[in-house]
Amino acid sequence: MPRDTLTGSRIRERRISRGMKQADLARKAGISASYLNLIEHNRRRIGGKLLMGIADILGVDATLLTEGAGAALIATLREAALDMPAIPAEQDRVDEFAGRFPGWAQLLADTHTRVAMLERSVETLTDRMTHDPQLAASLHEMLSTVTAIRSAASILAEPGEIEPEWQARFHRNIFEDSGRLTEASRGLVAYLETEGEAASETGTPQEELDHVLEGAGHHVAALETADGDVAAVGDEIGGGLSAAARSLLADWLTRYAADARALPQDDMARAVAELGADSALLAQRFEMDPARIMRRLAALPPDVLSEPVGLAICDASGVLTYRKPLPDFPMPRFGAACPLWPLYRALSRPFVLMSAAVRPLVQVGRDTTVLRSETWAAPRGSLAVNRDPLFEAHMIVRPEKRGRETDEAQEVGVACRICPREACEGRREPSILSGGT
Amino acid sequence: MSGHVLLIEDEPNIIEAIGFILSRDGWRVDTHSNGVDAVDVVRAKAPDVVILDVMLPGRSGYDILRDLRNDPVTQTLPILMLTARGQSKDREMAERAGVSRFMTKPFSNAEVLDAVRALKAS
Repeated sequence: MPRDTLTGSRIRERRISRGMKQADLARKAGISASYLNLIEHNRRRIGGKLLMGIADILGVDATLLTEGAGAALIATLREAALDMPAIPAEQDRVDEFAGRFPGWAQLLADTHTRVAMLERSVETLTDRMTHDPQLAASLHEMLSTVTAIRSAASILAEPGEIEPEWQARFHRNIFEDSGRLTEASRGLVAYLETEGEAASETGTPQEELDHVLEGAGHHVAALETADGDVAAVGDEIGGGLSAAARSLLADWLTRYAADARALPQDDMARAVAELGADSALLAQRFEMDPARIMRRLAALPPDVLSEPVGLAICDASGVLTYRKPLPDFPMPRFGAACPLWPLYRALSRPFVLMSAAVRPLVQVGRDTTVLRSETWAAPRGSLAVNRDPLFEAHMIVRPEKRGRETDEAQEVGVACRICPREACEGRREPSILSGGT
Repeated sequence: MSGHVLLIEDEPNIIEAIGFILSRDGWRVDTHSNGVDAVDVVRAKAPDVVILDVMLPGRSGYDILRDLRNDPVTQTLPILMLTARGQSKDREMAERAGVSRFMTKPFSNAEVLDAVRALKAS
């Protein structure tokens, strides 16, 4: 129903909230009660002098009766008041508040909605961490099975004779339990991977952005043309994101579009075919900022690149603001990365394009590939007089060329929590992995 | 040292391993795998020490422990609780319910044996 046809309803609501009888209002307004009844049920239009008179009697602005406030806004404000019963908000005057101060009312309503969303996210994350029944059950089963294996193995390993019948029984138990442990581990990994896919529903804005970029393959074809529309692309791929994540996405897309205009994909593809994904050579060829070269490399579609390319970008505090991991070079989804990454060294060597071999330490006993990293740190944003610039660092990682693998590669981890390297000056917290190099 | 241990645990291979090491050490071991009637079984068997798992089919080990502590007959019975959850709040919950000793999985055979011996001696 259009808003202006609800004037009668608003008069009725206002009259009832003031405890005034219909007959009394009609009398004061100089009309019959039956006519006011028709008005209040929106069966007669009202305007002009009569409307002004009724508004005056009810003590409200006439526009509040004709335009009112949005039903959704009123409902949200009422909800906000109900959520905090200790504060005696004048609920009977909510319409008036929204009508007289629409901006403040909308601010209050939006803040209430945002608080509710944040509370839900906190609840979900807390629940996932502490009361996740699937995770708890999987871990419980794994620990129970490990306990059984450990007990049986200890009995077999201890000195002294064990009857052959018991010996056979414990061997069989270990065999059975190791099978169970394998199944439980697989189940847990599958569950955690599924959880990871759904992380954008409750994650931080940065996680939401990571999820969208991952879904897009870090390539936006619509922005590779000169007339690419950043806002339209943002609407298309950013649907369902939080406001904060949409803002991050808009910044990223704006930068992407500027990079694409400065260095079109076709030019980049031809140069990569000739020189390889070497940031230094490409920067020299195009006489361009190596950071832009690195971002363009990371944005190339897989059919253009002969080898995969990963990219990490961090701000001056070391926080990762962009991550495109490689299977051999995972990047942490949460928290800080390994401080041994050449990315962080670049922050102390700005304007120096550095190249280094790295060997990611992912798991004890697992052979890992040597990768080539190239890093570059430079100020972000415009320069200003007497103000220190804020630096940003980029790090490209790609498979090392055959024959160039070297033992001198720097061993680096993903993050302390899951790093097997024990003797490390960069360690911030203990690892959950045992053993190490 | 020897005595009578009642092991309430639903994991058959843990039952077998713990049962074996206790028996070898001279203990008489009874086992039970269900939480629902565990309290009745404790009363009926009247062991010297109870080893009680937290996550049992039918009833939580915490509930069983509370019932046993509310019964004058089993109020001071030594009870060793086993759990895969090692968080401090789980330990606190067990202590509030009156546990004698709390042990998190995975534990070693020697730890269990030492704990049972110590509980019997106390």
